[in-house]
Amino acid sequence: MSENVAPRTAATPALEIRNLHKNFGALNVAADINLSLPRGARHALIGPNGAGKTTLVNLITGQIKASAGKVLLNGGEITALSQAARTRRGIARTFQVNRLFRNLTVLENVYLPISERTGACNRLWRSAGKETVVIEEALAHLQSLELMADARRPVRELPYGRQRLVEIAIALAQRPKLLLLDEPAAGVPSSENHLILDVISQLDPRITVLIIEHDMDVVFRFASRITVLVAGAVLTEGTPEDIAADERVRAVYLGEREARRG
Amino acid sequence: MDANNPPAARNEDAATERSRASDFLVRRDRFRAAEALPWALAIAAYFAFPNQMILGGQTLIMILFALSLDLILGFAGIVTLGHAAYFGLGAYAAALLITDFGWSEPISGLACAAVLAAIGGFLSGQILLRYRGLTLLVLTLSTTIMLQQLGNLFRDLTGGYDGIPGVNIAPLFGRFDYDLYGHTFYLYCLAVLLISFYVVRRIVYSPFGQALVGIRENVARMHALGSPVHWRLVVVYTISAAFAGIAGGLFAQTNTLVTLGVFDFDQSAAVLMMLILGGAGWLYGAFVGATLYMVLQNELAKISPTFWQFGIGLLLVAVVLLVRRGALGKLAILRRYLPLGARQ
Repeated sequence: MSENVAPRTAATPALEIRNLHKNFGALNVAADINLSLPRGARHALIGPNGAGKTTLVNLITGQIKASAGKVLLNGGEITALSQAARTRRGIARTFQVNRLFRNLTVLENVYLPISERTGACNRLWRSAGKETVVIEEALAHLQSLELMADARRPVRELPYGRQRLVEIAIALAQRPKLLLLDEPAAGVPSSENHLILDVISQLDPRITVLIIEHDMDVVFRFASRITVLVAGAVLTEGTPEDIAADERVRAVYLGEREARRG
Repeated sequence: MDANNPPAARNEDAATERSRASDFLVRRDRFRAAEALPWALAIAAYFAFPNQMILGGQTLIMILFALSLDLILGFAGIVTLGHAAYFGLGAYAAALLITDFGWSEPISGLACAAVLAAIGGFLSGQILLRYRGLTLLVLTLSTTIMLQQLGNLFRDLTGGYDGIPGVNIAPLFGRFDYDLYGHTFYLYCLAVLLISFYVVRRIVYSPFGQALVGIRENVARMHALGSPVHWRLVVVYTISAAFAGIAGGLFAQTNTLVTLGVFDFDQSAAVLMMLILGGAGWLYGAFVGATLYMVLQNELAKISPTFWQFGIGLLLVAVVLLVRRGALGKLAILRRYLPLGARQ
């Protein structure tokens, strides 16, 4: 209990994971994971396919429940909270594969997270178009991600790279304190890659960011610390230089590449 | 943007850009001239077919029933095969109020029907709406069957399949009595439908309605946004049940007899067919579908009293295969004149 009431000093990590375990039957997908992100961190999570990176994000957002261990947000324990309650405390995420409102317009896609956050969605009698505050904020997000020109178009009609931007725009519209980016550039053709990179490199420095990414160029440019996850466990953690020099990391990735070739 | 422009002009440009981007959303709920058409037709029908007003009244009741289904199916994506449960609850509430409590004022009868059906929707929704897809389909179907059999068990109260006769309501506002040709009833039903439609329309275009569409389109993302999905569904299900109950109440009042037949699977299936015929999620699909269904049923039954459902079946097959989003879906030109935003 004392941890819950600890004063939130600048030293209190924005996100802290302690001895987190998750198993599906005999399968260990998260084994004794420890992680600490100071406020405003730019932290990357890398590892071969099936290492449990997305599972870890799901454990942080509460989409799946941990078998053992603790998750703390700004010093307060959230392990037992539902996904919705964690969202209200300021956790937002993007998905590896787009989870958009495909048949709705771009503006409506960004409208929803804002009206959910402000409680406007509880109004049954007022016109959605008269929620000026919600609409103005949605437009501001579209403006900063340069999606204004597509505001009226259904998301399904946008090129994939711009759909990925909408994915990020929705998460940002939640005004997160902690943002979890699950392979934001996945599936984006290299010609549109810079759109995503520009956006994530210009994120508000007050937002704590955990990013999963396969593209090492992105990781090394963006992150100041990197955690390597292998088979559900933390292999190592360090600065990009540490990781680049680490033989074990190289072996893991090299091994994967050779396996693919074979 | 031109750097030489004075800041005021630039602000104006930005404002224009913003209003251009959000105009469709801001104006979505405005009434279009074309929306007056179904109401004008309904009034024209009153004068053009004075001998068909009984059928007309029944059609208006079914439009209201289909509209209540559209709210949950078309907008929130709740698929149900048991919507007759709330229609039936409303019908019995309106009937029992007269026969057992001796209260025959019609409008308070409808209020009573709405409340009982809403309570039914709220309670059953707590459990039903935890499920989706096939499970939900089976659960809604069996809930309605159980309700019907409960009615059969308490035959003293419900009259079983023989029903409750003598559901005679007092004159409307204490002044307008009912004629044999159903003229008063027609206007009464039309007024109730108009008010109900206005309420449903407001809900659909509210932020709450927008959240329902979000749930229909991507429930997982709504969870991730922290939306109280289950609660939202229970709320809209309760509202929908209330309107189905009002339709049932009107049905009881116009037919002067209610039997357990109101809970029949046929009822649930018919209202679903009407909505699919007209198109779900358009608001006006209920008008097109229910009218088409009722008129066809009437005309086909004249040709062949035993075989009329074949014609309806054939039409439904054609609509589902050829016009996937109902009759209104095909008329894309209507998009310009109707507020079809929620379906874009």
